Parts: sequence; C-alpha cells; structure tokens
Amino acid sequence: MLEIKNLRKSFAGFQVLKGVNLTIPKESMTFIMGGSGTGKSVLLKHIVGLLKPDEGEIWFEGQDITKLSERELQIVRKKIGLLFQEGALFDSMTVFENVAFPLVEHSRMSSKEIKLKVEELLQAVELLSAKDKFPSELSGGMRKRAALARTLALNPQVILFDEPTTGLDPILQITIMELIKKIKETFKLTCVVISHDLILALKFAEKIAFLHEGVVVEEGDPEKIRHAAHPFVRKFVESALLDKKFETKEVEHEL
Amino acid sequence: MNFFSPIGRLFLRFIEDAGGIFLFFWQSLIFTFTPPLRFRLFLKHMEFIGVRSWLVVALTALFSGMVTAYQVHHALVKFGGQSVLGGVVALTLTRELGPVLSAIMVVARAGSAISAEIGSMRITEQIDALKIMAVNPIQYLVTPRLWAAMIVVPLLTAMADLIGIAGGYLIGVLVLGIDHGIFVARMQDMVELIDIMSGIYKSIFFGAFLVTVCCYKGYFAKGGAEGVGRATTEAVVISSVGILISDYVLTTLFF
Repeated sequence: MLEIKNLRKSFAGFQVLKGVNLTIPKESMTFIMGGSGTGKSVLLKHIVGLLKPDEGEIWFEGQDITKLSERELQIVRKKIGLLFQEGALFDSMTVFENVAFPLVEHSRMSSKEIKLKVEELLQAVELLSAKDKFPSELSGGMRKRAALARTLALNPQVILFDEPTTGLDPILQITIMELIKKIKETFKLTCVVISHDLILALKFAEKIAFLHEGVVVEEGDPEKIRHAAHPFVRKFVESALLDKKFETKEVEHEL
Repeated sequence: MNFFSPIGRLFLRFIEDAGGIFLFFWQSLIFTFTPPLRFRLFLKHMEFIGVRSWLVVALTALFSGMVTAYQVHHALVKFGGQSVLGGVVALTLTRELGPVLSAIMVVARAGSAISAEIGSMRITEQIDALKIMAVNPIQYLVTPRLWAAMIVVPLLTAMADLIGIAGGYLIGVLVLGIDHGIFVARMQDMVELIDIMSGIYKSIFFGAFLVTVCCYKGYFAKGGAEGVGRATTEAVVISSVGILISDYVLTTLFF
C-alpha cells in the first residue's frame, strides 16, 4: 500500500531521518512510535508531499511520491488525508463550512447534496449538534473530530493521524481511538497513527513501528513489540507498562 | 569588519525579500488563469479592502485637500498668485496625494489585517491543511486579494482625488475667498488627463505591491504569535516605505 525506502532528511545540517524503511499494509492500523523529536511528524509530512526528502522513495499506487510535481501531488493528496495535531480547522468558518470545504472545492455535488454528505460525516464523528459552531468554540476532542470529518470528506484511501490523542484526557483518548477504529472499518481505510502512547498502540494497532535515531529499529504486531529485543524499544515498553501498573495500583488503592 | 557585516546582512536580506516578493507576485498572477476562478472570494476581498476602507480614505483625502489649500494659498499670496490655487490643489491631489495617501491608508487598515490573518493561518497549519486538501494556497489566498486590490485601490484613489479637491474648494472658495469661477477655471486649465491617469496607474501598482508584500510576509511567518506580530509590522513598514519610494520612481517615469 505505502512503501517507504531509505528516506533521509536533514534540517540545517542536522539529520532527522537517516534511512527510514517501512511498509504500511493496506487497510491496516499502523502506529509509528518513538521519543520526542525523532522525526515522526517529519515522516508524515513526507508521505503527503509537504516535505521533500534529501534521499529515498515513498511508493504509493505504483508511483514514487517524492518525485511528483506539485500538480501531480494534488491528485495524490485527494487519496491521502492528514489529520493535524491541532486539527488545523479554518477558524473563520463554522464546523459545517470546514467539512464542506473539500467538497465545494473538488466535487461536482449540488449544495443540497453537500449538505447531506456533511451531515452524514458529522453524524459519523458524533458532532452533528456542533455544526454551526466555530472552531474556537470547540473543545480539543471536538476539534479533532471535526477535522476527522473534514479529512473523510474526500473519501481518502489513507489517513495519517499526527498525535490524535495528545492533550486529551484518558477517557477521551479511548473515545477518539475507538472512533478512528470504527471509521477505519466503515470506510475501509489505511490508518497511520503517530503517537507516544504505547498502551493505546498495543490496544488498537495491527502494526507498530518504532522510530529511533532516524531509523525504524523495530516493527511488527503488538505482541512482537511487547517482547522487542532492541534496548530502546524495551525501555520504552517497560516504562509504559510500568506507568500502567502504577496507574492501576493507584486506582485500586483509591477505590 | 564588524561595521560592514550588519550592512552586508541587511543587503542580503533585502535581495532575498525583493526576489521572494517578486516570485510570489508572479505566481499569484499566473494562478489567475488556473481553474477554479474564485470570483466569490474576489468580491469578498474587494469588499474588505475597498468598501471597508472608503471612510478612512475619504477623511484623509478631505483633510489633506483642505490643508493643502491653506498651505499653498499661504505661499501663493506672497507673489499674488492665489488665483491658481484650484489648479495647484488638483494637481497635487491627482498626481501625488490621492494615490499615495489612499494606498498608505489601505496598508494601515487592510494590509495589516491580511498579513496577520495569513500569518495566523500559517502558524496554525491551516495553509498546510489547504495543501493537504489539494487546494493551492497561493491561488486561494493571494490571487483573489491581488486582483481585488488592483481594482479597488484605483477606485479609492479616484474617490480620494474628488474628495480632496472638494476639501481644497471648501477652504479656497468658502474660507479664503477665491472666486468659484476662477478656482474651477484654473483647475480645468492646469489639470490634464495624464495627471489624473498617472495617479490611477500608480495606484494599480500600489494595490498590487501592498497586497503582495502583506500576503508574502504573512505566508512565510514563523515563530508563533510573536512571529505573526513581527510579520505584520514588517509588512506595514515595507509596504509603506515601498509605496513612497516607488512613487518617486514612477513619477520620474511618467513626467
């Protein structure tokens, strides 16, 4: 589905990606994990062509995205959506107008058809009641859901999520991830999720890839990651699971 | 060595900005002919840049015309030439004050807002979101504003010419006692079509220049809210100074 080969990128002499190799299977939920500043978001921006690599290839539907012109990339971007960390909703538009925007731009639908489609999408993300609100009036979770509805509007095949649960409380994190899972199954999507949260990854991912020092050091299903041999991944897993134990004990103690 | 290095840096920055602004203008112009034609946005920006600026431009022109009449009359009285007051006021306004003051007022009212709006879109990833939705940000954000400014700034200038001359007439005829017939006749004698048109041509250039600079500074803003503030200040300073410098150059070309 998506194949990343030997991707390298430097900023001002500092090499962020040092030869990333990764395959993302079709209609899967793949988590890309790693510490802060390891280039996870940089990798996502390469996949949608917002950044050009210094070296390497990204193959999607038989073409190397890194070699495409801006005009050719526009066709690819209708098939690959990106959900930004803060949603990147247009703050001068209501939720309805935000979700309708890609349809107005790219479809030949009538305004009545657009209205129906937008309402259907907002229903899917459980946000229909907030359709007339502006982004500034929404909570963090609502903004992410509105942005998800907007991303879904063009019927993409792949959606990239840049830390979709960051800044949300644990209950909302699970709600958002369950929503992503539901939407993935409903729309038969390939989902790529950037996250720090290993617990969520172990629960929802079908594949997890660990990015460390600019390369993928470990990849596989959650079970393989749980028993990974790489020292960094091991430490990451142990820390996350230890935190989880502490949380569980504290809750038990409080109860 | 230390003395020359800041000058060199400043010069390099100037060259970089000048080249960037020109390329940005060129791209915006080229995208005019790329579908979809954004007529509705063009009208919206005409309303924002033009209609909402008319009052501030009218007031500036009125008082500039009035004060010009006073000052010129004061000078003319010394050698008994006050009868040419109407002509001098009209020439000053149509050739210089009308286009320059209108453009500077548009920079202050609309240009700063444009720069801040686009800058805020940049730092909240809304411009990247446009790209992701396969919408060309320059064609969407800059091209309609460019054409709107190239049309409304000359219209505002024509209005400023008229109101400024009316202000000069008020002072000249009603306060300083110049005969109505003489005031109008001298104006007709001294002002030629090229005087009016040179001001209008200048204002087309000023409109394109100020919008390009303000959009460019906002588009490449970085560094959070502080960066947007810095971009807006730079946009207003560069536009205003640029208008005054280019006014001199254009005047030497016309006459």
